[in-house]
Amino acid sequence: MKYLLLKHYRGAPAAVNDVPMDQWTPEEVSAHIQYMRDFAARLEGTGEFVDGQALSPEGTFVRYDGEGRPPVTDGPFAETKDLIAGWMVIDVDSYDRALALAGELSAAPGAGGKPIHEWLEVRPFLTEPPTITE
Amino acid sequence: MDEALLRTLTPTVIGILVRRGADFAAAEDAVQDALIEAVRGWPDDPPRDPRGWLVTVAWRKFLDAVRADASRRHREVRVDAEPMPGPVEGVDDTLQLYFLCAHPSLTPASAVALTLRAVGGLTTRQIAQAYLVPEATMAQRISRAKRTVSEVRFDQPGDVATVVRVLYLVFNEGYSGDVDLAAEAIRLTRELAARIDHEEVAGLLALMLLHHARRPARTGPDGRLVPLAEQDRGRWNTRLIAEGVEVLQRALARDRLGEFQAQAAIAALHADARTTEETDWVQIVEWYDELVRLTDSPVARLNRAVAVGEADGPRAGLAALAKLDPALPRYAAVAAYLHERDGDPGTAARLYAEAARSASSLAERDHLTRQAARLNARLRR
Repeated sequence: MKYLLLKHYRGAPAAVNDVPMDQWTPEEVSAHIQYMRDFAARLEGTGEFVDGQALSPEGTFVRYDGEGRPPVTDGPFAETKDLIAGWMVIDVDSYDRALALAGELSAAPGAGGKPIHEWLEVRPFLTEPPTITE
Repeated sequence: MDEALLRTLTPTVIGILVRRGADFAAAEDAVQDALIEAVRGWPDDPPRDPRGWLVTVAWRKFLDAVRADASRRHREVRVDAEPMPGPVEGVDDTLQLYFLCAHPSLTPASAVALTLRAVGGLTTRQIAQAYLVPEATMAQRISRAKRTVSEVRFDQPGDVATVVRVLYLVFNEGYSGDVDLAAEAIRLTRELAARIDHEEVAGLLALMLLHHARRPARTGPDGRLVPLAEQDRGRWNTRLIAEGVEVLQRALARDRLGEFQAQAAIAALHADARTTEETDWVQIVEWYDELVRLTDSPVARLNRAVAVGEADGPRAGLAALAKLDPALPRYAAVAAYLHERDGDPGTAARLYAEAARSASSLAERDHLTRQAARLNARLRR
């Protein structure tokens, strides 16, 4: 079963240890980055890692504006918009395993070296229909 | 198995097939098939004459493809199984392949992919891995590129500037996955430099060698970016630096300056200094002036502002920066650096945090965040 773990810049409920990263000490920043690397490496080791990407906070809305016209844009994103920071895709045996891993990721250390307790979104992928249905 | 040899032979063998009458697209496909067969079979059963083996197998693949195509279309096509006797020996069409694969009608991404496959001898899978796209996507990109250049005559003289630009792009991609694109770009530029006497090809080769020399010092053990000023210069590769400087001096002696020679000259001045303090910043500013004159590039002007800040003090650097567009990539990072040097850590911290938000790579973002964190920690004390 594949799950998407989504991390938000904005839009998720506030984390417990909610201090902007540039207000941490450099050592705390390094510890956090190392934790994330180790986490991904460990999931590769267990055969559960599929993909992970980080997104720039820059972005804009775009839509079709009719035949022969260029697309309309609306942006940059308003300050109120839910903003995705990045994702990790995992392939695990159960929903519980997905929750456990998201919990570990949320425990990444932040200011004061303490866990951030950040809210992550866990979303199951829609799959191909099974061959046998009855 | 000698994969390097296999890659070196690729453009030569494509050239031979084209001279025997195959069109470029079909010849390239046939050689790619032969390469894949070689990768599979050579480790157990290496041929005595690798080039002869590749020519024979690729030609057979080509004939098979033509016959399959003919029977699909229910047409009678006569193909000679025996290759035409032609002026095959002693002729090297590799240079023509460089031009064709970097043809101006191709987009940069297509030119890069086609060059890596037809000139570099990489497999589609390796190229796809290096650029983090699915193999099928890369295969499509390459076959579309081949269709785009199908009307281009193989013997037309090409434009060196386009080839150099493509190789520069490959080098700058660095390395991800199994293929070291920087090393591959250097190999391809060396091969090019051996075939054409051009000062900017030499300039690019020098630039690559001088930057590649710093690579061991550019990342820390935990993968973090180490900026030039903080690099352990003892870890720079002195052999590559010596070669780069020599190649550059020979190019500069021809007195036909170009942007890659100017960039290489800047890199050489950095390589020449044992510490940041010993760097000849005045000369570096002069080279940036040349670079700005040659390219009128805003990025060159931005880097020039940094050099001015070192040569004439941060105030002068900030004055140079003030003339530039703040929307430039890395503008905030440069401004942050100069403000810190100017004794204003508060402004610098704010700008570093802003720069981190607009960084285009994760390593750069982490680096800029650390800089902001370092200054903020100092301000709290």
